[in-house]
Amino acid sequence: MLLTRKAEFSASHVCANPSWTEERNRAVYGANANPNGHGHNYVLEVTIEGEPDPVTGMVFDLRELKEILNEEVVEPMDHRFLNREVAPFASVVPTTENVAIEIWKRLARRIGRDGVKLRNVRLYETSDLFVDYGGEA
Amino acid sequence: MKLTRRYRFSASHRLDTPALSVEQNRKLYGKCNNPYGHGHDYVLDVTVAGSPDESGQIVRREALDTLVEERVLARFDHRNLNADIEELRGVVPTTESLAVAIEKTLAAGWPLPAKLDRVRISETERNIFELESK
Repeated sequence: MLLTRKAEFSASHVCANPSWTEERNRAVYGANANPNGHGHNYVLEVTIEGEPDPVTGMVFDLRELKEILNEEVVEPMDHRFLNREVAPFASVVPTTENVAIEIWKRLARRIGRDGVKLRNVRLYETSDLFVDYGGEA
Repeated sequence: MKLTRRYRFSASHRLDTPALSVEQNRKLYGKCNNPYGHGHDYVLDVTVAGSPDESGQIVRREALDTLVEERVLARFDHRNLNADIEELRGVVPTTESLAVAIEKTLAAGWPLPAKLDRVRISETERNIFELESK
């Protein structure tokens, strides 16, 4: 069975590779490379796979899941400038893809346990753009 | 990893097949068979799959947007699907047919490094059609 929990955070970022020229960054990232940053209301959907526990009837304790999402994602990223305030985005360009991969890494170590696994991270940068990441290389 | 981008276009259509009688068409398609047609605000989700490149992206947004704009939006938006769209000639322009036509149009000579994974079209918020790209 799949269980999905949603969380939101708002953050600013700049998409630019510091080792590239300004022209190349602008060609690759467009307005996303504007040097002082801009922001989004990110929406995160975290999907967990498992069977309901025969005693509790739950795949995963939702209160615990909420705490994990708060500790790993919302508290460190909400109302922050990702490039400056959230590791590893000082050196990893915080594209939607890379933010989703970072969220996956943070959650995978907290969620995986007997019979329960993190299945998918869906991150909406806007309502018209989202990525899905399932831990693949 | 997959990335999905959402686009919108508005178009009119009429559902009617020459294979059936006037009464049968009316019964099968209901209001969608009304003779002068009607329209929808379609929402098109295009999903691509791949691994992030050196820019940290699996697809350049502008490249995907330009492709969808040129091949789909510029041709389908504010058009009559029965009359104006070559791919739908001789086909009843249901959203199923539309999904097939759009997938085919996008997949032909697909120019981007990321693979076309699927298209998903909603005719209204209540009717959604999804086609995986082979």
